[in-house]
Amino acid sequence: MKHRYLPLTEKDKKAMLEAVGVSTVDELFSDIPESVRFNREYNIKAAKSEPMLMKELARMAGKNADTKTYSSFLGAGVYDHYTPVIADHVISRSEFYTAYTPYQPEISQGELQAIFEFQTMICELTGMEVANSSMYDGGTALGEAAMLSAGQTKKKKILISAAVHPEAREVVKTYAKGQYIEVVEVPHKDGITDTEKLQSLADEDVAAVIVQYPNFFGRIEPMKEIETVVHSQKALFVVSSNPLALGALTPPGKFGADIVVGDAQPFGIPAAFGGPHCGYFAVTSKLMRKIPGRLVGQTKDDQGRRGFVLTLQAREQHIRRDKATSNICSNQALNALAASVAMTALGKKGVREMAIANIQKAGYAKKIFKEAGFNIVFEGPCFNEFVVKMDAPVKSINQELLSKGYIGGYDLGRDYPELDRHMLVAVTELRTKEEIDMFVKELRDCHA
Amino acid sequence: MHKENQQLIFEMSSPGRIGYSLSELDVPEKKLEDLIPEGYIREEEPELPEVSELDIMRHYTALSKRNHGVDSGFYPLGSCTMKYNPKINENVARYNGFAHIHPLQDESSVQGALELMHDLQEHLVEITGMDEVTLQPAAGAHGEWTGLMMIRAFHESKGDVKRTKVIVPDSAHGTNPASATVAGFETVTVKSNENGLVDIEDLKKVVGPDTAALMLTNPNTLGLFEENIIEMAEIVHGAGGKLYYDGANLNAVLSKARPGDMGFDVVHLNLHKTFTGPHGGGGPGSGPVGVKADLASFLPKPVLTKQNDAYVFDYDRPQSIGRVKPYYGNFGINVRAYTYIRSMGPDGLKAVTENAVLNANYMMRRLAEYYDLPYDRHCKHEFVLSGRRQKKLGVRTLDIAKRLLDFGYHPPTIYFPLNVEECIMIEPTETESKETLDAFIDAMIQIARETEENPEVVQEAPHTTVIGRLDETTAARKPILRYYKA
Repeated sequence: MKHRYLPLTEKDKKAMLEAVGVSTVDELFSDIPESVRFNREYNIKAAKSEPMLMKELARMAGKNADTKTYSSFLGAGVYDHYTPVIADHVISRSEFYTAYTPYQPEISQGELQAIFEFQTMICELTGMEVANSSMYDGGTALGEAAMLSAGQTKKKKILISAAVHPEAREVVKTYAKGQYIEVVEVPHKDGITDTEKLQSLADEDVAAVIVQYPNFFGRIEPMKEIETVVHSQKALFVVSSNPLALGALTPPGKFGADIVVGDAQPFGIPAAFGGPHCGYFAVTSKLMRKIPGRLVGQTKDDQGRRGFVLTLQAREQHIRRDKATSNICSNQALNALAASVAMTALGKKGVREMAIANIQKAGYAKKIFKEAGFNIVFEGPCFNEFVVKMDAPVKSINQELLSKGYIGGYDLGRDYPELDRHMLVAVTELRTKEEIDMFVKELRDCHA
Repeated sequence: MHKENQQLIFEMSSPGRIGYSLSELDVPEKKLEDLIPEGYIREEEPELPEVSELDIMRHYTALSKRNHGVDSGFYPLGSCTMKYNPKINENVARYNGFAHIHPLQDESSVQGALELMHDLQEHLVEITGMDEVTLQPAAGAHGEWTGLMMIRAFHESKGDVKRTKVIVPDSAHGTNPASATVAGFETVTVKSNENGLVDIEDLKKVVGPDTAALMLTNPNTLGLFEENIIEMAEIVHGAGGKLYYDGANLNAVLSKARPGDMGFDVVHLNLHKTFTGPHGGGGPGSGPVGVKADLASFLPKPVLTKQNDAYVFDYDRPQSIGRVKPYYGNFGINVRAYTYIRSMGPDGLKAVTENAVLNANYMMRRLAEYYDLPYDRHCKHEFVLSGRRQKKLGVRTLDIAKRLLDFGYHPPTIYFPLNVEECIMIEPTETESKETLDAFIDAMIQIARETEENPEVVQEAPHTTVIGRLDETTAARKPILRYYKA
């Protein structure tokens, strides 16, 4: 058996076996009891050479409708944005992508400093004081936020707005089940959290109230009112935010959020069929020692030079074991690096310009939809998504759109029975006026 | 070189400089105040850097030079399986049809992606000897929690709500007890015996009607195969508990023994270890979970199935524990793992384990003369040494690790597992050549000699890195976790 990834030659093996003092490799496995020994080869596909495998996989990839070829109006938590090409160049440097977690700071300063910069950028965008080095994604970050809240307040009830991403809500419920936390949904009214219902549901047993800003329908939640209700019951205010939107919108920190989480996917991370993306987790300094996952801190070496280390590790599983604040170990470091590069490239001015371009394009698209006779439900300010009522099932419309080169919006009927035949349309800065005009025209034709 | 402070990207910022390329707005512009309500338009700009594209590339290139990866040099970090990350994986994962597809597209428009996921599941079913696999968990610890939640749901479905305890060996990864806590269990520790294996008598003592599961890595974190696995399975199953396999060490047993055949009911794999999805500086990973048939109805939903000739997601799973992650897992990592498995084939995967185990045994035997070997028997893919002989001479395992940096190596895992004094845990992997192993062994021998003849050179190491030992105490006491503009 010769393989380009396996360097041992027969001569090497012979010399090594001799040094070990055995005559065959099989002897090294003699401690595996006969009854559990696997005595055949795996019944899996035979190996393919590099060129043949690339060809086969390219054919598989070719069966998928990708957003480089199709014009996409689908968002619902994952967006088609401008990705500075340098993001992929940076994360393709194998000093980064072939490294492990930076446990040896002397030879991991690059990764550690990059994470320190990521933490800073997330704090800046969210208006929070502390951010960790990343989470798996926005949904699991929200699950961890629910657990942190319950632990911190010693209460076992979470209120979550129905205008939070449906799949994130499902993830929160799974985490909550693990911790015997009750999850109560606060209904939406016209696409934003029903603050009257929230008021009546919020009592002193509530650990946290979770809202999304901008919310799943693209709308801007009444943050000030919600904050007043939440903190009047001494609950924690947990906000899930698209960090790009915060380039133009008042950050949750300004509204008194205690925990802000979300996904940095809009910054330089491809959709990749839903992952890997990059969850972020930011808190007030009061919650610093409760934050899950890895934190990088600044310090000095013996000669006074600035350096970075993993810090406050007493929170983490490898030290605290069953008393840890979370079980997270691997995170999304490489994607956090891509997001850092994208945030850096956009910079102070670009992040605002890009966020505003989303607002402008979505605003324009809404106008065109209305002019074409469509009903925009939940009329009101939005970031880059809004809801349009259709006359036919969204699934069949989307199949027709595919044949015309479009990936249509999200079928809200999947999660909200009352919103059957309603499409959540996303319009990012990448969609041109022409694409928007044509998309609306095609949709009108679908209806006719 | 690199002896000065490395600038932060924020310190390179210069107002007016840009590093982005956005299109001119091609729709009629409205006043922002007409689109966003009062009080919701951001007033203070976020302090993000203002730098040019070349500034960014120079910055991150400089950072990359201050980082050690597998491509930089030998990385025998025990328990982490730092093998070569094939470049074909990176190319394939970047194909437009994989990198640029949306998880909520109509299923008919992503059949290629679903085909890959389905075929990967089938491959993992065969490799683990389980009945079904989910690709949803994002990493190993996430898989552990997912598996434990399924075990809890299984017991609860039988009305068996008193099974509140999960047993883990004292040599277990820290994620095991932490995952048990997150899944709502209490952790009970089972001791290891003098041979480094689970103490069967102690296991019998801690197992009972409150046992939900035993979590185990096999081979364990000492690199030793738990040869009493059949008896252990009988003890746990006999008490009504389930057996959980932590797949962190699967690289040791490919084609040699399958968790499903050893009696395990639930398995998680770390695709970023055994199956080369790169470690990425700490992630992303991928942690698929395999189960036996009696647990399959509890799998996270949706479950990917094949109906006629089409791949579809099945959401109608009333007993499912629910979602553990939005969408379907870290697809991009799964693409890399699939590409790797298809590059190796059945004979290749067998050779992976044989070479990994040969490499480890070779290093262990050659180093045994210079360092204490607490468990003198064949190891699997990794082994532990103890630095207690060196400690008596005033040199700690930490010093040895730091001295290895001077030779251009990433040190082994140290001070883990917790049950070995001054532990040094070495995992060479199969992708390293004999020449590489020999050079590392020579370095270790030299350090052992230095410890006797000139301990200061070890105690004061590293001498050649861009930065010296860092003050971690101050970092934790007075945390500086972000940069503030001066």
